Amino acid sequence: MNNPLTARRPSVWRKCLQAKYLILLMLPGLIYYLVFHYAPMYGVLMAFKNYKGGTTIWNAPWVGLKWFQEFFESYYFGRLLSNTLIISLLNLVFSFPIPILFALALHEMRSRSFKRVVQTVSYLPHFISVVVIVGMLKAMLSPTDGVINNLIRASGGNAINFFGTADYFRPLYIGSDVWQSFGWNSIIYLAALTSADPALYEAARIDGANRWQQIVHVSIPCILPTIIILLIMQLGRTMSVGYEKIILMYEPATYEVADVISTYVYRRGILKGQFSFSTAVGLFNSVINLVLLVAVNALSRRVSDVSMW
Amino acid sequence: MIQIQKSNHHAIRRSGSDITIDVVVWFIGLLALVVTLVPFLHVIAMSVSDPSLVSRQEIYLWPKGVNFDAYRMVMQNKMFWTNYGNTLWIVCVGTLVNIFLTVTLAYPMSRTQFFLRRPIMKLITFTMFFSGGLIPLFIIVNKTGLYNTRWAVILPYAINTYNLIVCRTFFEGIPDSLVESARLDGANDIRVLFSIVLPLSKAILAVLVLFYAVAHWNSYFPAMLFIPKTDLQPVQVYLIRVLIQDTEALAEEGSAGYSRALIVEQLKYAVIIVTVLPVAVLYPFLQKYFVQGVMIGAIKG
Repeated sequence: MNNPLTARRPSVWRKCLQAKYLILLMLPGLIYYLVFHYAPMYGVLMAFKNYKGGTTIWNAPWVGLKWFQEFFESYYFGRLLSNTLIISLLNLVFSFPIPILFALALHEMRSRSFKRVVQTVSYLPHFISVVVIVGMLKAMLSPTDGVINNLIRASGGNAINFFGTADYFRPLYIGSDVWQSFGWNSIIYLAALTSADPALYEAARIDGANRWQQIVHVSIPCILPTIIILLIMQLGRTMSVGYEKIILMYEPATYEVADVISTYVYRRGILKGQFSFSTAVGLFNSVINLVLLVAVNALSRRVSDVSMW
Repeated sequence: MIQIQKSNHHAIRRSGSDITIDVVVWFIGLLALVVTLVPFLHVIAMSVSDPSLVSRQEIYLWPKGVNFDAYRMVMQNKMFWTNYGNTLWIVCVGTLVNIFLTVTLAYPMSRTQFFLRRPIMKLITFTMFFSGGLIPLFIIVNKTGLYNTRWAVILPYAINTYNLIVCRTFFEGIPDSLVESARLDGANDIRVLFSIVLPLSKAILAVLVLFYAVAHWNSYFPAMLFIPKTDLQPVQVYLIRVLIQDTEALAEEGSAGYSRALIVEQLKYAVIIVTVLPVAVLYPFLQKYFVQGVMIGAIKG
């Protein structure tokens, strides 16, 4: 009579009935996640099959780890992995610290109106699309009618084909990234700085600290937790470099330094239609990403009590 | 005596270091201004100068022989307007869809006593850590019949999980007593959301609208993947053809009295300005909402 199975059922039903409006509200969003996030996860099965369209993924023949093996043994594997890591590392070295320095400088500005102008202007590039950024770069660096080569020629040099030369790809990629994001990314540090307790600065002044010493001993310790958290999050994003910009910037002549895993997936999968192979490559990337994020999150929990879940 | 001298000496040294810092800070501020503005000034100057001076490469940061023919030509270009219109449609419809889905999912996720809250939240956050990747999504878009429609850049991106969490965090901050008293008056959860919670959430709604709208305005990759048909594409894809691939003929031979080669470079600069303008003009007025959005997100992160 009172067995746990029949006793539990009505209670779940009653809970659902009680929360029926909440369930109704979340239904569209839930369907979105199932269709556009979880269904693609099922599609990952393709990586272990030979799917060429036409049939369902389920009916395609299994091939085991064939595609992974092909990828690991290919000439591209080492190149893609090292390009991905190098671009991430360059990001960490250049794009990460500059907003911190910029925020410290903004915080030290005495003229409020100057500070506001600098802030407003420096946030602006964040709202410009990558297409426009790369378009502007290409126009200004064009070997025939770009302003930069125009200046180079005027000073007696030879025009440089910036976008067609491998050596220039990474400086251009990182440089434009810094240009676009240094202002916007400083907001979060600036917020931490302005919320610092004024009494700390007061105490430092009474102890005879000059402004430089106040920066080193009050301001920097104050944003250190923020820096650590953002640094950890940045490490978690190592495998997901900004491929949308790379796709616009690279040319066959610069593939050797510019091609990363995501751009390779795009070329092989979308442009050449090799669905199974490129799903396997993408899955490799996603799995490393997942492992990194979990590791980094554990690290974050240990050092700062802050974690993402 | 000695005491006074010492502190005097100290005061001088302090002001010396203060001045150095002021100088460095001013320098950094000016550098930021110059570095950010110079590319824009150059693009503007190029777009409004005399085409023959542009092609003789005599324009740097200040326009010479002001001339709006390049803009006139952009305005007369049919494909540009078709694509610009598509962007406007995608921004409006897309943002509406975004807001509706984000809000209706964030609200149940903010109700602490809702028994499905934890499992569903886990399901949602997991998508931030693992995804099926590009190709499976491509196949889903094909199978759902969205391929080659403008919905293909809206529905697969209907909720940004980060924005969802920001919205949920905001809803959690609304006092429970308000919701409870409305419930006692016989209002169901849907009514509570639309007539109690949302009117109190204008700040977060503004932030979400801006974030979503700017993302739609600037996005190009989904359209490049899912909309091969040129007259359904947004203006960013048009820009790729004009600026990056050099495959779109903006000007017809001999139009407006200039040879095509003369004006084709200048047209690029005019197109950049026309697509950046709406964001650049609106942004200073909306800046405080954007910054607010980052702050609300930062509290959670």
